[in-house]
Amino acid sequence: MIDFSISVLVPLLPLFMFIFIGLTGHKFKPLVSGILGTLSIFTSLVISYTIAYQYFFNVGKVNGVYQKIIGFNTVWLQLTQNLHIDMGTLLDPISVMMIVVITTVSSMVHLYSLGYMKGEKGFHRFFSFLSLFSFSMLGLVLATNIFQMYIFWELVGVSSFLLIGFYYEKPSAVRASKKAFIVTRFADLGFLLGILLLSYTTKTFDFIQLTNPNGAAIHMGGSVLFMGLSTMTWALIMIFIGGAGKSAMFPLHIWLPDAMEGPTPVSALIHAATMVVAGVYLVARLFPMFAISAPAGLEVVAYVGAFSSLFAAIIACTQFDIKRVLAYSTMSQIGYMMLAVGVSGYGGEEGLGFMASMFHLFTHAMFKALLFLGAGAIIHAVHSNFMYDMGGLRKHLPITHITFLIAVLTISGVPFLSGFFSKDEILAAAYAHNKILFFSALFVAGLTAFYMSRLYFNVFWGKENHYHHTPKESPLTMTIPLMILAVFSIVAGYIPFHNLVTSDGKPFETEMNYTIASISVLFGLVGIVIAAIMYAKPTNIPDKIVASVKTFHKWAFNKFYFDELYLFVTKRVLFNCVSRPVAWFDRHIIDGSMNGISNVTNYISVKIKGFQSGQVQQYGFVFVMGAVLLVATFIYLLTY
Amino acid sequence: MDILTSFVVVPLLTIIGIFFCKSNKQTRVVSAIGMSIQLILAFRLLAMYLYARHGGNTAEMLFMKDYIWFPALNIHYAIGVDGISVAMICLTSIVVFAGIFASWEVEYLHKAFVISLILLSSGVFGFFISIDIFTMFLFYEVAVIPMYILIGIWGSGPKEYSAMKLTLMLMGGSAFLMLGLIGIYVNTGAEGHALTFNILEIAKIHLPHDIQMIFFPITFVGFGVLGAMFPFHTWSPDGHASAPTAVSMLHAGVLMKLGGYGCFRVAMYLMPEGAHAWSTLFITLTAISVIYGAFGAIWQKDLKYINAYSSVSHCGLVLFAILMMNKTAMDGAIIQMLSHGIMTALFFALIGMIYGRTHTRIITEMGGLMKIMPFLAVCYVIAGLASLGLPGFSGFVAEMTVFVGAFQHAETFYRIVTILACSSIVVTAVYILRVVGVLLFGPVTNDHFLQLKDAKWYEKVSTVTLILGITAIGVAPLWLSNLIQDSLTPIVERLSIVQF
Repeated sequence: MIDFSISVLVPLLPLFMFIFIGLTGHKFKPLVSGILGTLSIFTSLVISYTIAYQYFFNVGKVNGVYQKIIGFNTVWLQLTQNLHIDMGTLLDPISVMMIVVITTVSSMVHLYSLGYMKGEKGFHRFFSFLSLFSFSMLGLVLATNIFQMYIFWELVGVSSFLLIGFYYEKPSAVRASKKAFIVTRFADLGFLLGILLLSYTTKTFDFIQLTNPNGAAIHMGGSVLFMGLSTMTWALIMIFIGGAGKSAMFPLHIWLPDAMEGPTPVSALIHAATMVVAGVYLVARLFPMFAISAPAGLEVVAYVGAFSSLFAAIIACTQFDIKRVLAYSTMSQIGYMMLAVGVSGYGGEEGLGFMASMFHLFTHAMFKALLFLGAGAIIHAVHSNFMYDMGGLRKHLPITHITFLIAVLTISGVPFLSGFFSKDEILAAAYAHNKILFFSALFVAGLTAFYMSRLYFNVFWGKENHYHHTPKESPLTMTIPLMILAVFSIVAGYIPFHNLVTSDGKPFETEMNYTIASISVLFGLVGIVIAAIMYAKPTNIPDKIVASVKTFHKWAFNKFYFDELYLFVTKRVLFNCVSRPVAWFDRHIIDGSMNGISNVTNYISVKIKGFQSGQVQQYGFVFVMGAVLLVATFIYLLTY
Repeated sequence: MDILTSFVVVPLLTIIGIFFCKSNKQTRVVSAIGMSIQLILAFRLLAMYLYARHGGNTAEMLFMKDYIWFPALNIHYAIGVDGISVAMICLTSIVVFAGIFASWEVEYLHKAFVISLILLSSGVFGFFISIDIFTMFLFYEVAVIPMYILIGIWGSGPKEYSAMKLTLMLMGGSAFLMLGLIGIYVNTGAEGHALTFNILEIAKIHLPHDIQMIFFPITFVGFGVLGAMFPFHTWSPDGHASAPTAVSMLHAGVLMKLGGYGCFRVAMYLMPEGAHAWSTLFITLTAISVIYGAFGAIWQKDLKYINAYSSVSHCGLVLFAILMMNKTAMDGAIIQMLSHGIMTALFFALIGMIYGRTHTRIITEMGGLMKIMPFLAVCYVIAGLASLGLPGFSGFVAEMTVFVGAFQHAETFYRIVTILACSSIVVTAVYILRVVGVLLFGPVTNDHFLQLKDAKWYEKVSTVTLILGITAIGVAPLWLSNLIQDSLTPIVERLSIVQF
């Protein structure tokens, strides 16, 4: 047996480390803060692995169903009689899986950063922010209630802001961090309103009560509120907007590519493996509500996911900045997860999509973190983000090359690597639910294989660039995490997710759908082969293709002008048409009328002052006129 | 001497002490000691209060004292505190304490400056301990008058204009208030009681409906002017911009809270029917304040203007929440007062410190301060994050309590205004991050700034005290919320009985 209250230590250790490094980090050598931070996250890692083992294989299952276990809970703020915000830890299959993912990737990133960030100014600041992020993310997934989740959601957002803007002297980094924060903040407004609406109808924030399929809360859907959908549906759609913002779903995706301004380990941890999947996690967390009382909301999730994945995959094919390619790839893969959870039903084999989504989340975290860390190693060696500055690197960076190749093959869905298994489940789930979504997803699978191979061939094959310094392989602190993650990327596919993480906690049997699997593999291979023909040796095929679809390419290359659209709305509409008039109105109308009152008073006083002239003639005149007026009045009154 | 009166007496003793000081140094020491005693007293009061409540004392007000002051009109020096006033007293003493350290470097007529500042604070303390509305009003005036002198002499920019504007507008508010208070007073005899100014006694009386309908808006606007309610807020940007650092801190931090406090303690508590009847109008006005202030802040270039508009927005939320008339929202309003009080004092302190170094408050003329003065810059980021409602700081607790409370009303009108008020959190993020991005981050734009020094010890004392305040509320809000909710019970009950 295990006392699960120990789970509270998993987020708390990084929190202590954040406070400690943040306050005292400048007092000792930079490396000390790095090592302390790494040690604390490794301790969290050990604890979460212990919890995961105990939960999944010892005590989590009662009568064949995984239970939701409260590890620790305390009231943080009492709002009304029913509504109170608690702080605690909730253990169930998805949260336990998530703490494993987060601590694994986070500790790899910590280790990697010891090498990558060496000699950077603000080394201790970097590690304190990493700890802050780990704390917030772990708190988010362990939340016992939706408000706790919102609290950590915001904290995650701010850690992301701080880390994107880590190089604060670089204007582009500052802009990117601002953009990320404001866009997600806008989405969080939806989340907040959703929570308010949801808590008003169900009178609780608590996840266990909310998601109990037989409980009262889930059936308090409320009457039709607006546009034919119930209160519950609207609340969940609003909450999903929050999730879409964090997970960079269309049309709230614009912050993610810019977020690549942050240091590369940060991109790996936050903008690939953990924070950006928070939206998927959020939908999964509320999944019973979505599935049972708001299927319309789930449709929205599925379509948004499918569209985002297609949209991002197309853009990814045209970009040259390797981190941006990976960023769009992340967006596309998260779209996949959203799609999967969106097509899922509740319970048993109906819940295939849910399981597939969580499965893909797990495998994606591993191989995408690997891709980003590999990209970091490449950038570290070449000092450029752009693939046209690279080429032929396979000789110079052997370890990075092999691990990167593994990751590329994994994401492309090559059989027997983890991405193959999880992607296959997603396609099967989509096929069972909706053919349009299925074909879109299948096409994306092909595109994914294409753009990832394009990236791979451009960087490691292709023309040999003349480098100023011969690129050198990174130190061991950087290559060891790469190797570990490569191993994870290979073996993660063999974890029996259908036994462990399911929509209703009960295991179910799945079979490999060989037809779908072979079609998807075929699409993947075609993508790889095309990329190999185009990019393995320097050719002019890419230019020809670009020339043949010039307009479309231009649009895709410019990300379909979404940044410009947003800039137009914020700068031209909000700033110039709202904020500026408000400021003007305030100065000239409101304040003007206040000043007007004082001016009028002043004017009258000047006029009255005129009577006090000191001239006897004027006094005499006024006196006589007054007397005449009085007499006239008296006579007038007396005559009546 | 009882503990409550000492809150008025200690500042006066400090002022007497300062009279005998021979140098600026002595003045600093004496004022710092005086205000430290005040701070300790405030927390002692808090401890005593909690102890008494824990011991089962359920009286509405504790530590009550009552001395007849002017028998002919039945005016008393009546004092007493509940949880809310205790919290406000703690807020005031924290802000005054930080303010004394933030104005360490005022060279010009230092002694007179500190004396006026402390006099002002004694008025504020008196206001919060009074339960007789006449003495309350008296202390209020004591707090407002020194403001004119402080801005007019030690201010910057068009200081005479701003000082005059601020004082006149607040005096205009006072005129309304005086009218309202007299209106209440002369009608307390309606059911055969003796005429009285005592809040607790008036709260037992049902004032005639018509009287409430007339005098509620008068009183509410009277206090609302001080609480920077739209459209009576324009004294705030000009006044804050011209005021010296400590005065801005005290004014935005504490004096504006007098408005919110008065609104619910006097206007709403004593005239519940009027409150219900007029709530729609005032909720609309305050909701406008919230959004309008936030949008107004985006366009400003002067740090103090940004913060002044931000205060309009945040203080608008206080009045907005009070008017929601349920326990949760009102609880949120009080926490928002405390939170905004400390947070905005921190902002103004930092702005003052930055201005003292760079001699400009225009954000576009500065840049990259993070590199030059990391301590101040980090504090500014913390203040900014607190202001945009980041969990872990007090602003989040306050805003969420307000929003959840306001959302308990199911009518469409309430829903719409709540959603409007909620949307301010996005706008707030925009203007805060704009300032942070331009002012603190980016490359250093002005080479002259490279020689500037980071915070001195007294500046650190000032900022760290305030940061501790916002974090303490933000991390562990439960005890504070309980403290406030207990004391809100009689007020909310009185408001709900007359629901019609």
